[in-house]
Amino acid sequence: MSLPKVVRGRAWKFGDNIDTDQIIPAKYAIYSLDEVELGKHAMEGVPGHETWAGGVARGDILVGGSNFGCGSSREIAPVAIRGAGISLVVADSFARIFFRNAINMGYPILQSPQAAEAVEEGDELEVDLEEGIIRNFTRGDEYRAEAFPQFMTDLLKMGGLVPWVRQRLEERRQRAAVRG
Amino acid sequence: MGMTMTEKILARGAGRESVRPGDLILARVDFAMGHDLTIPPAGKIMREQMGAEKIWDPERVAVTQDHFQPAKDAASATLGRLTREFSHSMGIKWYFEVGQGGICHTVLPENGLVLPGELVVGADSHSCTYGALNNFATGIGSTDLACVLALGELWFRVPETLKFVYHNRLKEWVEAKDLILYVIGQIGVDGARSKAMEHTGEALRHIDMEARLTMTNMAIEAGAKNGIMEFDDVTKEYLDGRAKRPYTPVSSDSDAEYEKVFEFDVEKVELGVAKPMSPDNYAPLSEVAGTRLDQVFIGSCTNSRITDLRRAAAVLENHKVAPGVRLIITPSSHQVAIQAEKEGLIRTFLAAGAAWTTATCGACLGGHMGVLGEGEVCLSTTNRNFPGRMGHPKAQVYLSNPAVAAASAVTGVISHPGEVLDRMPAEIR
Repeated sequence: MSLPKVVRGRAWKFGDNIDTDQIIPAKYAIYSLDEVELGKHAMEGVPGHETWAGGVARGDILVGGSNFGCGSSREIAPVAIRGAGISLVVADSFARIFFRNAINMGYPILQSPQAAEAVEEGDELEVDLEEGIIRNFTRGDEYRAEAFPQFMTDLLKMGGLVPWVRQRLEERRQRAAVRG
Repeated sequence: MGMTMTEKILARGAGRESVRPGDLILARVDFAMGHDLTIPPAGKIMREQMGAEKIWDPERVAVTQDHFQPAKDAASATLGRLTREFSHSMGIKWYFEVGQGGICHTVLPENGLVLPGELVVGADSHSCTYGALNNFATGIGSTDLACVLALGELWFRVPETLKFVYHNRLKEWVEAKDLILYVIGQIGVDGARSKAMEHTGEALRHIDMEARLTMTNMAIEAGAKNGIMEFDDVTKEYLDGRAKRPYTPVSSDSDAEYEKVFEFDVEKVELGVAKPMSPDNYAPLSEVAGTRLDQVFIGSCTNSRITDLRRAAAVLENHKVAPGVRLIITPSSHQVAIQAEKEGLIRTFLAAGAAWTTATCGACLGGHMGVLGEGEVCLSTTNRNFPGRMGHPKAQVYLSNPAVAAASAVTGVISHPGEVLDRMPAEIR
C-alpha cells in the first residue's frame, strides 16, 4: 500500500486539543479489530458531531487545530478516522502518539498551521503529498505543510512500519541462514 | 556537551556515544507492556501482517488484563481471550490474569519489572508512569508494539528536555497530585508536547515513590513523551527486594542542555483540582468548594495505590457517604487490594457505604463500574477529564487527590479534607 500523490476532498474543521476519547469514545474499543465499525463512530465524542461519520464522503479531509489526537495511545483513533473515509488529516500540530500511530500505519498526516488557520468547513481542498502543498479551491489559497524528518517520510512512503519490520525480519533470516 | 538522563538512556539503546534532541534513532527496548485493548491488534499485526512467529524476548514483556476486564460484555470477553491466547502461545513470562494483577502501571513497578536506566515502552499512554523509577518510559501504539514484539527495537525521535525544579516542601494536606495538576495548569495540555519532563529539586526528597509515580503518570496530560526522575534513596529503597534484574541508574550531566527550566516553590501550591473538561483547567480547591456531586471515584493508575487508599480511609473512618452521592473505590492492583484488606481499610470503606470493586481501569476511561450519565458531576482521582472520558460527553469531571475525594464523598460537595478530619496522621501523609 503506497501513498497517493494527490488527494482531493472537502474539509471538515475541528478545534484545538481534540483528544482520542472524542475521536473514538473508549466504549467502542471493543471493536478494536473492526475498522469499518470504528469508522461509523469517528469523532462522535466531539459535541455536535454525534452523527458526523455518516456525512463524510470517501476522500474528505479532516483539518484539526493544535495538539490534535492528545490523550490515549489507542491506535483506534487514526484507524477510526481512516475507517470513516477521511483520506488525510491536516492539523496545526499533533499529539505525539497520534502522530506516531498515523505514520506507523502509513496513513498520511500533514502539519500546517497555515492551513489549520485559514481553511473553513466545507472548503474544497487538493493536497499534494509529495510537495507538501495544500490548495484551497474555495478560497484560491495555497498553504505549505512542514517537512517531516526523512525517516518518517520514508516510512510513510513505504506504507508504514509493517513493511519496514518485514524487511528487517527478512534481513535477520538471511543473516541467520548465512551463519547457518 | 553533556546529556540529560533521557538522552543517555536513548543513546545507550541506540548503541551510540551520544544523541541530541531531534535525532531519529533506532533503539533496543529493555521492557515492553501491552493490555487487553492493545495486545489483540498488536498480536494480529505482528503475526498476520509482519509475518513474525515469535516475540523477541518472552521474559521482557508484561501483559495485563485491566481495561475492560473482568469482561464487561461479550466483545470484551473476546478481547480478553485473544490477549490470553497470544500471551500463552508466545510464552510471555509476565502475564497477569484477572484477579492476579490489576492496572498495568501499578503492576509493573510493584513487581520490580521496570528499572533504573532502562528503555521501556508500553502500549498505553500512561506508560510514562515508570519514569519515576529513573527510566525512560513512553506510551506507544499497537503497530509500534507489534514492531517491538517482533524485533525488540523501535524508532524514536530524541526529545528536547524541560526541567522542573521543585523547591521547599509541600504544605499539610497538599499532595503530589495537587502539585502536578498545578504544573499542568501552568504549562497546558500541550505544554510539554513530545518533550521529556525531568522532575528534580529538594521537594522530591520528601515525596515517596507512590506519589512520585502519580507525578510521572500525568506527564502525558501535558503532552510529554516521558516524565523522569533521579535515582535516590527513595528509589533504592522501593526497588530493594523487588527488582527482577540488575540495573544501572542514570543521572543528568551538570552541563546537560535543557530547552527550558521551570522553578516552583511547592510550599505555595494549594490543594487544587482540574475542572471540567481538561486536565490543565486548574483551580485552587477554594474556588470550587461546595460544588454538588453525583459520584466520587477513587481509582486508576494515577491515585489508587496503597498510600492513596490509606489517606482516603483515614478521612472516611467513622463517616458515611452523603445521601445522594455514590463513592466507588477501585484499587489499582490485586496486591494493593490484599494490603488494604490486611490493614482493615476495606472494612472502613464498606462501613462508610462505598462500593469496593476489583482492581481494573474501570470507570477512569468510561469502561465499566462507574460510567457517568448525561449531566452527572463526578470528582475523580484519575488523570484525564476531556469530554466523554468517563462516560457521557455532557458529564462533568473534576480531578483531585484521594483525601479531597474521600472528604467530598462524606459532605456531598467538593470539600477540604480538613472539614472531615482534623489532621492527616503523620505516618501516612
